[in-house]
Amino acid sequence: MEILVCAKRVPDTSENEIQLNGAGTDIERDDMVYSVNEPDNYAVEEALQIVARTGGNVTVVTVGGEDDEEILRREMAMGATRGVLISDDTFNGSDGRGIAAVLKAFVQTEHYDLILTGVQAEDGCAQVGGMLAAMLDYPFASLVTSIEVLEGRKLKIGREIEGGSKEINAIDLPCVLSIQTGINEPRYVGMRGIRQVASVPIPTLGASDLGVEPDAVGEVAAKARRVDYFVPPAGKGADMLAGSREEVIDKMMELLKAKGGLN
Amino acid sequence: MARIFAYIVHKSGVADDTAVELPVAARKIYPEQPCTAIVTGWGADLDQVCESLRGTYREVWKIAKEPLAYPNAELIRKALQSVVPAGSILLVPHAHFGVDLSPGLSIRMNAAYVPDVLDIEGVEGEWLKAVRQEFGGQVSTHIRCNLSTGAVLNIRPGAFRPSEAAPATGQVVDKSAEVGALTSRRRYLETIAAETGDVDITRQTVLVSIGRGIGEQENVAIAEDLAEAMGAAVSCSRPVVDAKWMDRSRQVGSSGQTVRPKVYLACGISGSFQHLAGIKGSPFIVAINKNPKAPIFRVADVGVVDDILEFLPALASKVREESCVPGKRGGGHD
Ligand SMILES: Cc1cc2nc3c(=O)[nH]c(=O)nc-3n(C[C@H](O)[C@H](O)[C@H](O)COP(=O)(O)OP(=O)(O)OC[C@H]3O[C@@H](n4cnc5c(N)ncnc54)[C@H](O)[C@@H]3O)c2cc1C
Repeated sequence: MEILVCAKRVPDTSENEIQLNGAGTDIERDDMVYSVNEPDNYAVEEALQIVARTGGNVTVVTVGGEDDEEILRREMAMGATRGVLISDDTFNGSDGRGIAAVLKAFVQTEHYDLILTGVQAEDGCAQVGGMLAAMLDYPFASLVTSIEVLEGRKLKIGREIEGGSKEINAIDLPCVLSIQTGINEPRYVGMRGIRQVASVPIPTLGASDLGVEPDAVGEVAAKARRVDYFVPPAGKGADMLAGSREEVIDKMMELLKAKGGLN
Repeated sequence: MARIFAYIVHKSGVADDTAVELPVAARKIYPEQPCTAIVTGWGADLDQVCESLRGTYREVWKIAKEPLAYPNAELIRKALQSVVPAGSILLVPHAHFGVDLSPGLSIRMNAAYVPDVLDIEGVEGEWLKAVRQEFGGQVSTHIRCNLSTGAVLNIRPGAFRPSEAAPATGQVVDKSAEVGALTSRRRYLETIAAETGDVDITRQTVLVSIGRGIGEQENVAIAEDLAEAMGAAVSCSRPVVDAKWMDRSRQVGSSGQTVRPKVYLACGISGSFQHLAGIKGSPFIVAINKNPKAPIFRVADVGVVDDILEFLPALASKVREESCVPGKRGGGHD
C-alpha cells in the first residue's frame, strides 16, 4: 500500500511556556523547542505498521519552510521511505483550505492508496484532512483509533466518539483518515537513527512544480485569517496559594478538610 | 443577510445541550435574524427531537432518511449540501461529530470554515470576527472570517451560555424530499461501548487526577499514594492513557469519563477544554502545576505553582500525619 502522511512541525507545548510577542502578532518563537506534531507521529507509526503487514511505502510530506525538514528526517529515521518538503513564498498566510489545496495538488502528481494526517495540530483546527478528502472526493474519517486492512481495497476502522466509545466503519480506498493519539505506541527514535538519514536528500517542491493555482493559496485566498494573538481573560481565576511549601500545604489541608477532600 | 442554520446533534431521541447554545452564537452574528434548526435522522427518535426543539427555534428543518438513522458524517454532509442554500452560515457543535463533518462540508459549500469558535465579536461588512484558542488554551486569537460565500462555524460546546430567550413556537418543516439517494464509501458497522475498569471514577467524591506532568509511569505511584492517604481514587488526562500508564477507564474528558466529584485535584494537567468537558457538578478544583500561566488556573478554585513530583509526596505525608484513622499506611500509623 502506498501511504502518504501529512505532518507538521510545531512548538512543543510540553517543553515551552507559550508567550506573546510584544506586538501581539505572534507567539514568542525565539528559543522555542519544536517537534513533530504529536498526533502526526502516531500517524507515521500507524503507516509503518500497515506497510510492514501489507508491503508498500510511506511518504511523509510537510508544507512549510527549510526548518521543517528536521521533522521529515525524524520520521524517516522512524522508517518512512521518503520525505517531501513543499515550500513556496506564495503559500504564506494560507488558511487550512490553502494548505489542503497544496496537498491536493501534490497528491494528484503521485499515487496514494491511503492518506493520513494527525487529528489536529497546535492550533486545534483539525481541518486539513477533512478538507483534503473533500477536494479529492475521497471518503474521510476523523479521530481514527484503529485500522485493519480488509480484502478488496477496504479498511475497517475504529473512530473515537464521546465517552470513550468506538464507532466501527468500513471505508473504501483511497481515503483520508485523521489519526488520534493512543492508536499505537510510536517507536523511539535515537540520535543514531537521525544521523543515518542526515544526508538523504529531501526533494523540495514549489507551487509551479505542483501546478498550484496562485489564487487558491496564500493570504489572498484565505477565507479565515488570524488577526492577532492575545492572552485570554483570567475568568474567575484560581486563588493562588503562596508561601513556602509547608505553608501552602497547611493552607491546602484546611481547604481540603472544609471541602470534604479528606475521607 | 445570509440565513443562519444550527445543526442539531442528538442521541436516543434527545437533543444535545448545544441545541440551546447555538442560537446564542447565532444572535451574536445577526441579532435580529432567527436561526433555523436542521435535524437529520430517522424514525420516532427524530420526530421526538424535532418536537423538543419547537420551544427554541421558530423553524425546524427535518431530514428523515433511513440511511441517516446513524449519524454518518459522510452521508449527512451530502444531505446538508442539498438543503442549505448557498451563502448560508451553518453552526455545528465542535465535538467528535462536528470535527468529522465540517471541514469537508465547508469545501463542498465553498464556504469559509472556522473551527472551535469560543466567541463572536460581530460582523463588519462581509467579515465576521471570532475568537479561538491555540496551544491547548494557552493563547487566544481573533479570526476574521469572510462570509461572502457563506461559512461553516464549529462552535465549542459550553462556550455560549443559553440565555432566557423568548420562547418560540416553532414549526417543523419536512425537507426530506429535497435530499436524493444517500450512499457513501464509508459505512457504519457498529458501536463498541467504552471498557469499564477496576475503579469507577464516575462514582468517586475525591479524585487525584494526573496529567502529562507526572512525567513517567513510575511516578504514577506518587499519585496513588496520595489518593490512598486521602481516601480518593486516581484519574487522569488523555496523554497518561495514550502512554499506557493508566487504564482508559481512568480518563476524564470528552473522549473519556464524565466525573462529578466534590473535590478534584488536577496535578500536572494543563486544562484543555476536552479534559474540562469531563468535569461536571462544579467540584472544588485544586490545580497544581509548575507553569503559572497554565490554563487550568483560570478554572480552578485554588492553585499552587509547584512541581507535583515534590508537592504530592509532601502533601501525602501531611495528610497521614494529621489523620489518626487506623489502617492507613505510612506516617508512623502502621
Ligand atoms: C477529539 C479529542 C478528544 C480529546 N479528549 C480528551 C479527553 O477526554 N481527556 C483529556 O484529558 N484530553 C483529551 N484530549 C486531549 C487534550 O486536547 C489535551 O491534549 C490533553 O488534555 C492534555 O493533557 P495534559 O493536560 O495532561 O497535558 P499537557 O497539556 O501537556 O499539560 C501538562 C501540564 O503539566 C505541567 N507540568 C509538567 N511537569 C510538571 C511537574 N513536574 N509538576 C507540575 N506540573 C507539571 C505543564 O506545565 C502542563 O501544564 C482530546 C483531544 C482531542 C483532539
